[in-house]
Amino acid sequence: MDASQVIFILSAALIIASALMVVSTRNLIHAALWLIATLFGVAILYAVLEAGFLAVVQVVVYIGAIAIMFIFAVMLTRKEMRDQGPQVNSTWPLSAILSLLTFGGLFVILSKWDGLWKLPQAIPDGSQDTLTRLGVALTSPEAFVLPFEVASVLLLAALIGSVYVAMNKK
Amino acid sequence: MNFWADPIKIIYDWLMLTLTSWGLDGAVANIIADLLGIVLLITAAMVLDIMLVWVERKVVARFQGRLGPNRIGPFGLFQPFPDIIKLIIKEDITPNGADVVVYNIAPILSLGSVIFLWAVVPLASTIYGTDLNVALLYLVAAGALGTLSIIMAGWASNNKYALLGAFRQVAAMISFEIPMVVALLIPTIIAGSLSLKDITASQSGGMWFFLFSPLGAVLFLISAIAELGRSPFDLNEGESEIVSGYHIEYTGMKFGLFYAGELLHAFTFGGFAAVLFFGGWHGPWASQYPLLGAFYFIAKAMFGYWVIMWVKYTVPRIRIDHMLAFNWKFLTPVAFALLIITAVAHSLLKGAGFWPYFLGMFFSNVLLGWVTLEILRATTHKQRLAVETPNPVAHH
Repeated sequence: MDASQVIFILSAALIIASALMVVSTRNLIHAALWLIATLFGVAILYAVLEAGFLAVVQVVVYIGAIAIMFIFAVMLTRKEMRDQGPQVNSTWPLSAILSLLTFGGLFVILSKWDGLWKLPQAIPDGSQDTLTRLGVALTSPEAFVLPFEVASVLLLAALIGSVYVAMNKK
Repeated sequence: MNFWADPIKIIYDWLMLTLTSWGLDGAVANIIADLLGIVLLITAAMVLDIMLVWVERKVVARFQGRLGPNRIGPFGLFQPFPDIIKLIIKEDITPNGADVVVYNIAPILSLGSVIFLWAVVPLASTIYGTDLNVALLYLVAAGALGTLSIIMAGWASNNKYALLGAFRQVAAMISFEIPMVVALLIPTIIAGSLSLKDITASQSGGMWFFLFSPLGAVLFLISAIAELGRSPFDLNEGESEIVSGYHIEYTGMKFGLFYAGELLHAFTFGGFAAVLFFGGWHGPWASQYPLLGAFYFIAKAMFGYWVIMWVKYTVPRIRIDHMLAFNWKFLTPVAFALLIITAVAHSLLKGAGFWPYFLGMFFSNVLLGWVTLEILRATTHKQRLAVETPNPVAHH
């Protein structure tokens, strides 16, 4: 077992344990903080896979923006931080069976794939690093420039729409 | 190989040789050597931090016409040590109704988010933690963790002043992150890389990016001060309104961690200003002797830190609506205009040789600065006119 496997097992344990805490804790702020731990664990996985850009973006976008927005929304809207109601409803056995079946199905399908038991291949030392290749792909007409621009226009439309909705009409 | 040409590599090789000669596996020895390197870097940063307490107190005293610490040691140099002893032996108070675990993690995370930054700081040509190809994004990500620590501290203290301070700080950090990121893109465009090592390397020969983009350096400085939560943007502390904001309930060394984190953060941003706009470790004979480069880097970072202190102790705190209007209506548009101009100038003048490139960059900055000042002048003139004109019948 080499170092990257040890790190993988530790971060996978962190992800699963904190994800369980997200849904089982009764304190909403604690749930948001556990969610941050989960997202951080995923960032560690990206870093182990040598996807440094994805790891850092995971922290910037999911922890720096989305999770902090969650915490803000909870703090500003809830008077009572503690959730008093029952944590499961009557359909929990059915949900448990369905999720077990899904897991089993995925496991069976994936176990037929020989890549499951292999170590990830090291990225070959090419002429360019992955970040440069990503940047070129996002702006090159042969690759993803159109989806990239369409996504920008979509976000811009959402931005203008929210400003219009929030605008104080005289 | 000459020891002074690459001291870290020689020490590392010697350490690996010693460890493997003890019969350790190569991979294990590698991990131990790396861990020792991490401990060394953090210790160096923390020892520097102790001295920053003295620097900060001495400089603020001079700005306020006082002498500052001058009793313990020469020039009061040993003053931080009694301060630390005092912090350690103070009573540790946890307020009633505090969220104990979150309350105790927050100061650690606050200092940790600053220590994280030191992983990518290139102290000299061969002395650095790691050369990350996304170092500038990493800087922003560590800032996000700092924001998180402030929210945790403000919320877990169970104190309305602490919560208000946290809200204010987060509002400031989230808004000023935008001009900050745009200002970080200016050296990225000129150097063509997000790695701090490459950005430093492309400033060799005195071609500091400050000369190419003075406006970018100023934007970075302003947004860094806001990100640090220092005056004039220190609404998070606001002593006259919310006592001391998010760390109001912390005592002893837990407060000490916030304080140490704040000082080291300011110094680190001085260092980033040095790396991004003032040539990093470059200086006479710095490439032959890395330790000399580290000295130049620390000196430049100290200068950046001094500028941040200069602003802090001479500019009064501004109101929160002014601060947000300043960011959204002034700093962000200027930053985006500068980004567009720099990108266009870069792609037009890329192949045109050094002098056209340099002059084009410099004068596009000057032009943008001049246009901004003219727009500001016209706007303030209009506002002043509206106030000065007599208005006998009040509307609404």
